[in-house]
Amino acid sequence: MPVATLTEIPVKKQIRIALRNCGVINPEKIEDYIVRDGYFALGMVLSEMTPENAIGVIKDSGIRGRGGAGFPTGLKWEFASKSMSEQKYVVCNADEGDPGAFMDRSILEGDPHTVLEAMALCGYCIGANTGYIYIRAEYPLAIARLKTAISQAREFGFLGKSIFGSEFEFDIHLKYGAGAFVCGEETALIHSMEGLRGEPSLKPPFPSESGYLGKPTNVNNVETYANIPVIFLKGAEWFSGIGTEKSKGTKVFALAGKVNNVGLVEVPMGITLREVIFEIGGGIKDGKGFKAVQTGGPSGGCLTEKHLDTPIDYENLIACGSMMGSGGMIVMDEDDCMVSIAKFFLDFTVEESCGKCSPCRIGNKRLYELLDRICTGKGEMPDLDRLRNLSEVIKDTSLCGLGQSSPNPVLSTLNNFYHEYVSHVEDKKCQAGVCRDLLEYFIIEENCVGCTACARACPVGAISGERKEPHLINPDTCIKCGACLEKCKFDAVILR
Amino acid sequence: MSSVKIELRQDQIEKIDSICESFGNQEGELINVLHKSQETFGYLPAEVQEVISEKMEIPAAKVYGVVTFYSFFSMIPKGEFPVSICTGTACYVRGAETVLNEFKKQLEIEVGETSTDGKFSLSCLRCVGACGLAPVVTVGDKTYGRVAPDDVKEIISEYLK
Repeated sequence: MPVATLTEIPVKKQIRIALRNCGVINPEKIEDYIVRDGYFALGMVLSEMTPENAIGVIKDSGIRGRGGAGFPTGLKWEFASKSMSEQKYVVCNADEGDPGAFMDRSILEGDPHTVLEAMALCGYCIGANTGYIYIRAEYPLAIARLKTAISQAREFGFLGKSIFGSEFEFDIHLKYGAGAFVCGEETALIHSMEGLRGEPSLKPPFPSESGYLGKPTNVNNVETYANIPVIFLKGAEWFSGIGTEKSKGTKVFALAGKVNNVGLVEVPMGITLREVIFEIGGGIKDGKGFKAVQTGGPSGGCLTEKHLDTPIDYENLIACGSMMGSGGMIVMDEDDCMVSIAKFFLDFTVEESCGKCSPCRIGNKRLYELLDRICTGKGEMPDLDRLRNLSEVIKDTSLCGLGQSSPNPVLSTLNNFYHEYVSHVEDKKCQAGVCRDLLEYFIIEENCVGCTACARACPVGAISGERKEPHLINPDTCIKCGACLEKCKFDAVILR
Repeated sequence: MSSVKIELRQDQIEKIDSICESFGNQEGELINVLHKSQETFGYLPAEVQEVISEKMEIPAAKVYGVVTFYSFFSMIPKGEFPVSICTGTACYVRGAETVLNEFKKQLEIEVGETSTDGKFSLSCLRCVGACGLAPVVTVGDKTYGRVAPDDVKEIISEYLK
């Protein structure tokens, strides 16, 4: 599978910390990583710092979890270090499930050692000797490279007993996911690691007190770990100098959809959406108009023109009705129907809801059905209020982050594109031309030569007209099969 | 979930046993055992699950619960060439649905089905992380990027030889 084409994208405005080695080193050679200061941070911390001091560095750097919720990483480590137990675990969440996000895959495939080094550093800080990487089975290349990296690190003595001649020992193993989006939630992930259904459980207790096999466990995401060695090498002050007041450092975004330059970009927090989409992304494909950008995956929201100049950080995105999530950024143009997009995400949520709590299991299904009604022209105005009310109930009452954020695509499109909902419901029209049931097939008189091909193809006899005269489609009989459009050689049949 | 009824041969049962043993028959390794078993058999019919349940001393209901929870595990055999269409957001926005419809039409099967000759099966994936190439289709281990409905016929024909 090809790696994202980083080099095709303008490097201006980008700062590469998490992606510093991706595409630069040979990920299958540990020597390449070492030459780029690899494992230096681990050596330095083990010989010069106490675990408390090292946690202090991470806290001072201000780094927050890159997997979605943005919890301060240093605090998480401190909680785990203070939990008393003979056995603790370090877990790397590599179950990158947000459709449209692939930064974790790129890091694991392009720079696997940085994750191993960071996990060992975490192990030293919290007092754990075992690490697990929970990785999607859908990423075979990343799995292969991790396996190579782990055995190389063991050979070089960066994993195993008495690392760098210290008393610290640490080893890392792989655990495989099996395709369940909810397993990105840390309690669900831990249950899946234990061989169970990946259903989340109520917090507290947090994993830092009782996680894998009931032991204190620290779970961070791949991108978070990829920042750690650099923070130790360059210092907390350097890192906290990048970004905004509350969101430090950089964030990797996966730019995709209707934008000219697709791929991964790593930019300082505080950059605007406009800079990312129009300067780095090179604007909208085929010169079309920008309509919306969806951030935060299925849990995020659709932002519009008025949000383009908002500096990107955790708080601002939430205030706009979306979220950072893992950093998916999908750009949409005038041809995208926002009601269908909301329906698309709900379809995803319905499929991926684990079913444990009823607001998420039943509520999202009902949201989907309401959206489906609207998209097929059966919606009524009160449905829009029902959508909003139900969304708020689901947000307030769901057990885990999946249900608490799943109505975001509905709420954000209702807030930002209310007129589109209204035109679907009242005028039974889909302006973007996406909702098939709201469209009609139509023959452009000027283009029609009267060849009768469409009339002969029509299975219900909805097309009338004399030979060599413009034809006409009767919308009441038409079943919208599209046979006429396929047969017409003169571009006379259109969907409108 | 639909299933097929099969009878396992003695050597197949022994194979499952050895997979369970290689993971120390540990309950926590159930997902790894299922991965390995699916790799061996291509899918996880009820009969295979029963053997695993017995060997690992995990109730069959629990094994079934895990198998049906994760989308990676299948209880029906996949085709010789499993076709998967990525329906992640980036692919969706770039027209994955029209590509999917074309595959349905050409192969004459629905999502989750296998063609009668056992050659092709059709499924949807949630993002393979190749969003730069959207829309993406995978056939077995091979990935096709920027697929248009017009390319579908050619992709299928590659596997008909």
